[in-house]
Amino acid sequence: MNMELPKSIKQLQKGLLNKEFSAVDLVDLSYKRIGNCNKELNAFLTLSEDLAYQQAKRADKIIANEKKEAFISNPLLGVTVALKDLYLTKGIRTTAGSRVLQNYVPEYSSTVVNRIQDAGAVVLGKTNCDAWAHGASGENSDFGPSKNPWNKEFVPGGSSSGSAVAVAAGLSMSAMGTDTGGSIRQPANFCGVVGFKPTYGIVPRYGVVAMASSLDTMGHFTSTVEDSRKIFEITKGTDGYDSTLKDNPKENSKTSKGKYRIGVPKEYFIEGIDTQVENNVRNALKEFEKMGHDVVEISLPHTKYAISVYYIIQPAEVSSNLARYDGIRYGNSRDSFGDEAKRRVMLGSYVLSAGYYDAYYLKAMKVRSKIIEDFEKVFEEVDAVIAPVSPTPAFKLGEKANDPLQMYLADVLTVSANIAGIPGLALPWGFTQQGLPLGFQLMGPRFSEDTLFDLGEQFHKHVDYEPGTPLI
Amino acid sequence: MVIIGMLQPVVKRGDVLDSWCSTNVSYVDMAKLSDEEVRHVAQLANLSLTDDQLSKFKDQLSNVIDYVNQLEEVDTKDSQPTSQTTGLVNVTRDDEISPQQSLSQDQALSGTEETHSGYFVVPALLDEKKE
Repeated sequence: MNMELPKSIKQLQKGLLNKEFSAVDLVDLSYKRIGNCNKELNAFLTLSEDLAYQQAKRADKIIANEKKEAFISNPLLGVTVALKDLYLTKGIRTTAGSRVLQNYVPEYSSTVVNRIQDAGAVVLGKTNCDAWAHGASGENSDFGPSKNPWNKEFVPGGSSSGSAVAVAAGLSMSAMGTDTGGSIRQPANFCGVVGFKPTYGIVPRYGVVAMASSLDTMGHFTSTVEDSRKIFEITKGTDGYDSTLKDNPKENSKTSKGKYRIGVPKEYFIEGIDTQVENNVRNALKEFEKMGHDVVEISLPHTKYAISVYYIIQPAEVSSNLARYDGIRYGNSRDSFGDEAKRRVMLGSYVLSAGYYDAYYLKAMKVRSKIIEDFEKVFEEVDAVIAPVSPTPAFKLGEKANDPLQMYLADVLTVSANIAGIPGLALPWGFTQQGLPLGFQLMGPRFSEDTLFDLGEQFHKHVDYEPGTPLI
Repeated sequence: MVIIGMLQPVVKRGDVLDSWCSTNVSYVDMAKLSDEEVRHVAQLANLSLTDDQLSKFKDQLSNVIDYVNQLEEVDTKDSQPTSQTTGLVNVTRDDEISPQQSLSQDQALSGTEETHSGYFVVPALLDEKKE
């Protein structure tokens, strides 16, 4: 079967209905491509062929019986998906990228996985990530880093590295990831795909290996904004397991404004930001203005404290969440933790310990309130905020590996959204002179995903954006 | 409130990214954790460290603590701490057992081979009293 990869869910549905190809054909093609390049790219840790073919055959049956109706009752029918190896999958090994769980097979699946499977998606496998989601390059995986498909000497970003690679390299139509401090938006930016981080409290975290429980969000990678929106429609909403969820309070008053006010935070255009990154965002601003949106300068004064707040609160929550890995009920002993995990657990234990709790953790929670207030003030004036995602494009493997603090500092443009619990959408656009992807992110108030999707779709349409795969 | 062991950094970090631009960063007179503090924290976290790891982590953790000390600058006397952003409080459900929300005993034990008659085997906490 000589089929081409569908470039979007819409294209997939058309092809399936017109019998140009079947869901099984797509799975064949996907595994062929994975077989050709996974050794080099190291995107997948585990492949779930039995499950994928079972799901694809079921999809083909449903389409044969229900024709067009099939996609109404199963909105993701036939859509291939790769899952960051933090998502528990019943009966399928889940490692969290760590040797501690290298043989762990869960007895249940996460809510998100159940929802996308019920909607007809086809699970291809589990993707590589920084162990425990600790990282922003993929280099902290205990199973070797993934490689950037646009240039294999470069990192794909992290921690959802394998998921970003799977979509960017045309191995899967979509991939689930998690974003605690930028771990979807940054690899999406480095790999040139759409990366979505939802509001904290709208997509269930149940059944996903927890990193920092007040910061973790469950999002995904796609080639188009429209696909991103479609997947969010399936994953969102209360589930009876995760008690930190709210259904969108403005669910029934969804009216697209069409034209928006977009804020440009001056503190995000920091000294030392790569010129190509900055120019790309400033050019994007011009395009938004051409489209008729208002672009205004705004200020988020506590931005420079975001890294300190994040690298106190997150390790503190990590130290608590990783306490369960005692090697007794599941997994290997704590000696199997990698260096970065140990570092973060110790950092967290330190800032929570007697004598230090007030000066660090309590202080950080208070500054967190100030960062939240910064955004609340700004969102009284604007509908969304635009910003670069990372101070640099993708960097070379090994370049930052020796200095953890250097790696942490590069999170400055993404962590504020997690601290404030607001949604973010990373949009790919353009390339550097060296051929690496560029792009930017949009952030909005809590529960404003529709605004971000709307702006993203408008932008890509306006600039005639075509998703592309690098020649591998 | 007495803050124990926190030294004032002599070198003030200016703009957030001024350090990552240079390839050779020198950290001068920063807040340094002692060997004791690192061992204590490792013990709290139930982690074992080799001597090499102790000294490497000591430096790396000291760098991070030194950096985050910058929060002292922020006036938070009128701020409330935020622990999570949803504003939700006391979310409960009825205390009913539902099969879908529970694991069977076999499922619960399936993650390890160290089991005994339906129990998890754990390291001994109490030794036999020696006469």
